[in-house]
Amino acid sequence: MKNYEKTGILTKNDLKLPSKKQLKKGVAIIECIQKIPCNPCVTACPVNAISMKNINAPPDIDYDKCIGCKKCVGICPGLAIFVVKVLDNNKALVTLPYEQFPIPNENDIVDGINREGEKIDNIKVKKIVKKGKTMVITVETKEEHAMDIRNIRVKK
Amino acid sequence: MGTIFLRIKNHPILDFKKQKKISFKFNNKQIEGYIGDTIASALHANNIKTLSKSLIHKNPRGFFCGIGKCSSCLMRVNGIPNVRTCIAPLKSGINVETQDQLADLPEAKFICEKIKKIDTDVLVIGAGPAGLCASINAAKQGAKTLLIDENSMVGGQLVKQTHKFFGSKQEKAGTRGVKIAEILEDEIKKYQVKNKLNLMLNSTVIGNYEGKKEKYKFGVLENKNYQGKIYEVNCKTAVFATGAMENMLLFPGNDLPGVYGAGAVQTLMNVYGVKPGEKVIMVGAGNVGLIVSYQLVQAGINVDRVIEAAPNIGGYHVHAAKLRRCGVPILTSHTIKEVYGKEKVDGVITVKLDKNWDPIKKSEEKIKCDTVCLAVGLTPSTRLLSQLDVKMDFIPEAGGYIALHDRYMQTSKNGIFVAGDSSGIEEASTAMVEGMIAGVAAAKKIGYDKDSDKLLNNYIQELKLLRSGPFGEKPRVAKDKILKLWEKNR
Repeated sequence: MKNYEKTGILTKNDLKLPSKKQLKKGVAIIECIQKIPCNPCVTACPVNAISMKNINAPPDIDYDKCIGCKKCVGICPGLAIFVVKVLDNNKALVTLPYEQFPIPNENDIVDGINREGEKIDNIKVKKIVKKGKTMVITVETKEEHAMDIRNIRVKK
Repeated sequence: MGTIFLRIKNHPILDFKKQKKISFKFNNKQIEGYIGDTIASALHANNIKTLSKSLIHKNPRGFFCGIGKCSSCLMRVNGIPNVRTCIAPLKSGINVETQDQLADLPEAKFICEKIKKIDTDVLVIGAGPAGLCASINAAKQGAKTLLIDENSMVGGQLVKQTHKFFGSKQEKAGTRGVKIAEILEDEIKKYQVKNKLNLMLNSTVIGNYEGKKEKYKFGVLENKNYQGKIYEVNCKTAVFATGAMENMLLFPGNDLPGVYGAGAVQTLMNVYGVKPGEKVIMVGAGNVGLIVSYQLVQAGINVDRVIEAAPNIGGYHVHAAKLRRCGVPILTSHTIKEVYGKEKVDGVITVKLDKNWDPIKKSEEKIKCDTVCLAVGLTPSTRLLSQLDVKMDFIPEAGGYIALHDRYMQTSKNGIFVAGDSSGIEEASTAMVEGMIAGVAAAKKIGYDKDSDKLLNNYIQELKLLRSGPFGEKPRVAKDKILKLWEKNR
């Protein structure tokens, strides 16, 4: 049994990670590694960077093709896709799906939360795009936290 | 007792439109609810969770399934006993009472009212994802179709599914369940306008009777003002899409108000906008347990933890992951030992299990909470079907007794079809496809054949694909067993 099947938490070892160069460009990190019957991310990708052998196969992403457009973030029913873009000043942008209340405003400082639900930093909301009822939120964080921040908590 | 306190004000996915307040009597006290409430949801919003008392020990009882399948919410309304308050619409000025003993029958006047007869080609029982798709397809093929459901709205359990569905485009992947219910309802309306489809809501199919000339005859009770009006429905073929009911778990205190089926809680908060409580312990980490926990968090309710007796999480990892990053712990190899509290749930005692699933001594933990949600599987609703004397068998992988059926969803009785959870526990995407198959096949049986074979083969392929992954193993095994037994029994 894999550890995430017990805890519900993926580690970086469970994921196929992009190179530094690819991260600078900004790419989608797909945290969906089980064989489940689902494929909207494949249909949503405008550059065919996401592929699937069949509907039950986990999605496979070609980081060279991915343009970091974030279309898949708001589409994924499992809320399992994030876009990470490393900036030049030791900072990074993380784009994540958000379906909680309250909804923050751009430029708000919110709690940056990791996969275990713990706060690891105060981060700034840079951009909010509404995709139906799913908010696709881009936050700015330290580069070292880019692969850990996966949620935000907004004070009520 | 604050009405506002238990109503959900802000929700990230749902808009609860402000409804008009109406007042009614509960045990001779005047209280308020909203138009659109059921009696039980209005009582809950008033923090009234004890709906009845047990017959001998007079223990308090709350509701459990929340969808009209069990008997724990029966109350007396306007003097009429045994009203299922979880699905009965709230009306202004009604008088609701707890019935603390076996219900006395109201003074009955058995006037031989003329029973209204309805004739149709295809009867579809249950307007959930399977039943909606079956009736749409039967009507599309040209058959005169009658769709009957106990609830005051169509959609079945789709109406409370606020999450986006998985699957592919054909099963409306990426669309939320609530929206899928609306899309299917619009389809239904199209055929209603064309007079191809009739819809009877608030109506229960109560029995099967001997029909004439290759027809099936059913008794139907339509509820109006908590009283029934009886109809006789004659049909050539029928599709049973009667759904399923949540399982109970055995532990001391499981009858206390505050122990709810996870689906009941989902109905209460997502359909009626009422909070089940303030602090919840979820039992079961399958997809239902994980999804409902996440939806509780979305409704602003504290989910203390999810406990799961198995050593691993049964549901999809992506559902577990989104719950974990909201800060909700999931404890595997943990189960519920007991619920404590006198008149209601005051808390639970959990216990850790070893690798043989035996409780580990001194691993008990006492946790205060006001709500315990059980997400420990479902049982197909097949009682009405068994009246027809179709061949049934106990299929553990399907969740219980199932009417044996072929690839086209036909049972051992000619013209009697099944679809959805009542033909084996699965999920809404496959239920929709099964419904599409049953609808086309039921129409074809009586001569409405427009490209039926091609359609049926496509649907069967689609089902096969959906079930081909590791999470499809259980339904795959179940359906294989059902098919083999069906062939053996021919």
